[in-house]
Amino acid sequence: MSEALIQLQGIGKYFNNNKVVSDIDLSIEDGQIITLIGPNGAGKTTLVKLVLGLLEPDEGRVIRHSNLRIGYMPQKLHIDPTLPITLGRFLALAEPNTKLCIDALKEVGIEKHIHSPLQSLSGGEMQRALLARAILRKPNFLVLDEPVQGVDVAGQEELYKLIGQLRTRLPCGVLMVSHDLHLVMSATDEVVCLNQHICCHGRPDQVSNNPAFIELFGTKTATYTHHHDHEHGLHGEVVHSNDGDSSGCQHD
Amino acid sequence: MMATRAGANMIEVLLYALLAGLGVAAITGPLGAFIVWRRMAYFGDTLAHSSLLGVALALLLSISPTLSVIATCLVLALILVMLQQQKGLASDTLLGILSHTSLAVSLVAMALMPDIKVDLLSLLFGDLLTVTGKDVVIIYAISLFAILLLLKLWKPLLAITIHEELAKVEGIPVTAVRTAFMLIIALVIAIAMKVVGVLLITALLVIPAATARRFANTPEQMAIFASLIGCSAVIIGLSCSWYLDTPVGPSIVLSAGILFLLSLTKKYN
Repeated sequence: MSEALIQLQGIGKYFNNNKVVSDIDLSIEDGQIITLIGPNGAGKTTLVKLVLGLLEPDEGRVIRHSNLRIGYMPQKLHIDPTLPITLGRFLALAEPNTKLCIDALKEVGIEKHIHSPLQSLSGGEMQRALLARAILRKPNFLVLDEPVQGVDVAGQEELYKLIGQLRTRLPCGVLMVSHDLHLVMSATDEVVCLNQHICCHGRPDQVSNNPAFIELFGTKTATYTHHHDHEHGLHGEVVHSNDGDSSGCQHD
Repeated sequence: MMATRAGANMIEVLLYALLAGLGVAAITGPLGAFIVWRRMAYFGDTLAHSSLLGVALALLLSISPTLSVIATCLVLALILVMLQQQKGLASDTLLGILSHTSLAVSLVAMALMPDIKVDLLSLLFGDLLTVTGKDVVIIYAISLFAILLLLKLWKPLLAITIHEELAKVEGIPVTAVRTAFMLIIALVIAIAMKVVGVLLITALLVIPAATARRFANTPEQMAIFASLIGCSAVIIGLSCSWYLDTPVGPSIVLSAGILFLLSLTKKYN
């Protein structure tokens, strides 16, 4: 097994003596997609900043792979409307080679907007623009902070598909932050449920059944998750009954 | 004979004034663009006000006012950035406190120095017509240095303006770039003081840049247009002041304001 891209060991962070996160052990390997979920104030942003190296931990240590190249997709851009800047120029800040910029835009599917002012992009286009800039860094580790924020449902699915493709093409490990589990169920290998410490982690279907997760996210999400599981269960049952039918057929 | 000499002196005064004004407007354009993009107008205003503290210090210690103003602005800028990170008070409240306290301290300090006669009006609103040949040289040296520094910082500063954390992850030394940017602001305040005075410096930074926005498609265009618009305001203001006998600094700012109003007739690019 390859060396981890990044490893957090017993990480803790305090602001004005208030614990924000503590006892965080997390390791991300190449080709792995990990999704960080948790309620508001759970410390998701803090943890992402610790991973990015924007904050230094008060406890524990962060071990980075010697060849780690991070592509970071921030949650949102607040660009003043007085700044005249096109999408192409925005990407040129990360990569001066125009051809590479166009390639990145093609990959995320917004190359037609290369000359559009950045402020004129829609929510979904903006997320793709940010993803394109992250790709341009040729990263082996993508950190995506709420990558589908402000994107409609169809667009969300496409973005997750794109992220899944990038994982194998680049190739890279991915750390994503998300508000809700059901959106990322199919797009992630592992879910880490955070509420100042790691409450539970594992495969998405495991986590959604974990009592700690249900307690944290309340009945609404839990019900939804249950519904989702139920579909899986139903699917299994259907397969099972089909088997029964087919064996019945064979008997005939 | 006397009349001719007076005439020659007058032309000299006007020429120095014009040169000084243009030298300052050249840098306030691009710097002003960043001030507008980064929403730092109030920050600039606070530093400009506190530059009077530098003048008071220079008088007290008998040192060069230009140097003293640069040093004071730089120290205060760094203190401000530190205080803003404390998050105890809202940023604009903090700026409001510092801006007016420093202005008051310097006015009181100057009043307490009985041996020194200070022309407060010229400090507050500028006095371009007293600029000497030596002043012009200092203004151009500082302006040129500030322009070169800004050119060097251009790309990283633009990246930081768009998203500071993204820039940091991409390897830009954010703290160093921001500190250098503060140095540029301090330098420009020190030379702009002579042209428009401490109370109107922000106008010279913000108005030409805001006017240029309507004509620009790229950040660079906006910076260059802001310089040209600032230079036009200097020329128009100085002419007005010459013919109508109005104070120079306010005339320049008024010209910039009128140019901005005229630009409103053009659609946003």
